[in-house]
Amino acid sequence: MSSQAVSSKLNAKWLAWPTPQQALEKLIVPFLSILAFVGLWAAIAQKIHTQLGAFPGPSQVLDQAAALLEEHMTERQRERDFYHRLKVRLAQAQAEGVPAAEIERLKARKYPGRPTFVDQIQTSLKTVATGFLLASMLAIPLGVLIGQSRILYLALNPLIQVFRPVSPLAWLPLVTLIVSALYTASDPVFSKAYLTSSITVALCCLWPTLINTAVGVSSVSRDLLNVSRVLRLGAWTRTTKIVLPWAIPMIFTGLRISLGIGWMVLIASEMLAQNPGLGKFVWDEFQNGSSDSLARILVAVFTIGIIGFGLDRLMLLLQKRVNWDKHAVLR
Amino acid sequence: MSFLILDHISQEFPGKNGPIKVLDRIHLKVEKGEFVSLIGHSGCGKSTILNLIAGFLEPTEGGVILEGRQVTEPGPDRAVVFQNHALLPWLSAYANVRLAVDQVFKYKSKVWRHRWTLHNLDLVKMSHALDLKPDELSGGMKQRVGIARALAMEPKVLLLDEPFGALDALTRAHLQDCLIEIQARLQNTVILITHDVEEAVLLSDRVVMLTQGPAARIGQVLAIDLPRPRSRLDLAENPIFHHYRAEIVRFLHQREEKDQAAKLRLIA
Repeated sequence: MSSQAVSSKLNAKWLAWPTPQQALEKLIVPFLSILAFVGLWAAIAQKIHTQLGAFPGPSQVLDQAAALLEEHMTERQRERDFYHRLKVRLAQAQAEGVPAAEIERLKARKYPGRPTFVDQIQTSLKTVATGFLLASMLAIPLGVLIGQSRILYLALNPLIQVFRPVSPLAWLPLVTLIVSALYTASDPVFSKAYLTSSITVALCCLWPTLINTAVGVSSVSRDLLNVSRVLRLGAWTRTTKIVLPWAIPMIFTGLRISLGIGWMVLIASEMLAQNPGLGKFVWDEFQNGSSDSLARILVAVFTIGIIGFGLDRLMLLLQKRVNWDKHAVLR
Repeated sequence: MSFLILDHISQEFPGKNGPIKVLDRIHLKVEKGEFVSLIGHSGCGKSTILNLIAGFLEPTEGGVILEGRQVTEPGPDRAVVFQNHALLPWLSAYANVRLAVDQVFKYKSKVWRHRWTLHNLDLVKMSHALDLKPDELSGGMKQRVGIARALAMEPKVLLLDEPFGALDALTRAHLQDCLIEIQARLQNTVILITHDVEEAVLLSDRVVMLTQGPAARIGQVLAIDLPRPRSRLDLAENPIFHHYRAEIVRFLHQREEKDQAAKLRLIA
């Protein structure tokens, strides 16, 4: 066997060692383009003067990224110290025989620190996950129904087409008021801002999954439906054994688009709903207006971009795993 | 009373200028264990007849009667082998057959269903590829799995819709031999739709020739009186085989010439 045949066989495997030419294409070309971008950015940044001073270049942004990380570390250290002190005081209080009510009051004390950048990233991820799950749980079953029933399709299609293009900024005030009116628990598990943001995300990222599921389901091959008729499969078995597996690639295409939209919408809704995530971070820095603010906002911009990219890759991986159509080229 | 009766079936489909008649009073009786081929030019309505027997369509006039009962909907007693295999692409060969077995023999034990699935895949000589997906199978192998799935339903009538039409000549011959073997063992009642003259003579007890559409009728029925088991090699030199073959070819092409002449007259 020639060495070329061996290497092409290796390449067929996942994560195979790339040939030099592929390495050049896949690593060096993007690397060079990023380098060019950073250079251009550094050159132009100095020429733009804003109210808050010169537009930050790459080095300032890196500095701020490090600073944000350090703030996070110190904040965590302070939190640990706080709880350590509290523990000591509690032990002391118990030894001294302080009344039980006083001890309970001490126990209930929480660290009053502000959320750091890393906390805000976590909040954002949680919020988008909630919204995305909410949307998927609604969109997939509804899509399956619409895809199988012409009447349901005719009934709901106009509504879908009208609501689909609505911006999150338009939904948000409505959602805020409705959440305030309906969610009146005295001891809320979720904050109102969190619910408002998630629901807004869900409302905006519902549509691609819904439409793709419906299209996927309605495109089931006639032959396969005839097989199910010969076998006299019931509606449930037909859906789970034939229709859903058939539509899985399309459903995942929809889910991937949905998650992308959800992440984009999240930032805007967090800004308005004051949900303590990345959106609020950007808004607060904008209001803050210190000389570091622009660089910090840029750190957030890159973070948002990189996380969005990561989420998309994650969905792509999932999509490749569940796709039975091995001829499909997914990227 | 015959096992399967196509009772004066006519079929119309809606067209731009009113309904188009595809089949015109098709009347045919098939006995139990008989192998009948329907042959005709493409577009003559052969597949429509199969869809009617399968129950995918309801005839405009007349009806299909199986064991004294009118066919009103599809069912596993009339298993279909589809032209394009119609296997579920996300299931292995085994799982494709098992799906049918699980559905038709719900009340049998798991072990029995497992063995029955293996047995049917063995009949079509696919035991070596149980875990392969349709994507990983050749066209002929896919069709074998399709046949196994249909046989596994233990149908009263096995319906074959041009099952070998998309295969190359060698693969087709292999599958025909395979079908001859299975037929010798199981004595199924089979309706085969085909446009391959040799295939029809080789496999059938009777060949039903359809006139060219629209409004196709049964033009001629030819009983194939060749001893079984038949072998492709022996028949290659058998004058009777060639006589039957010529008979069908003559029917198909004389009609064509007549039609052409009629067309020419119209133009003139």
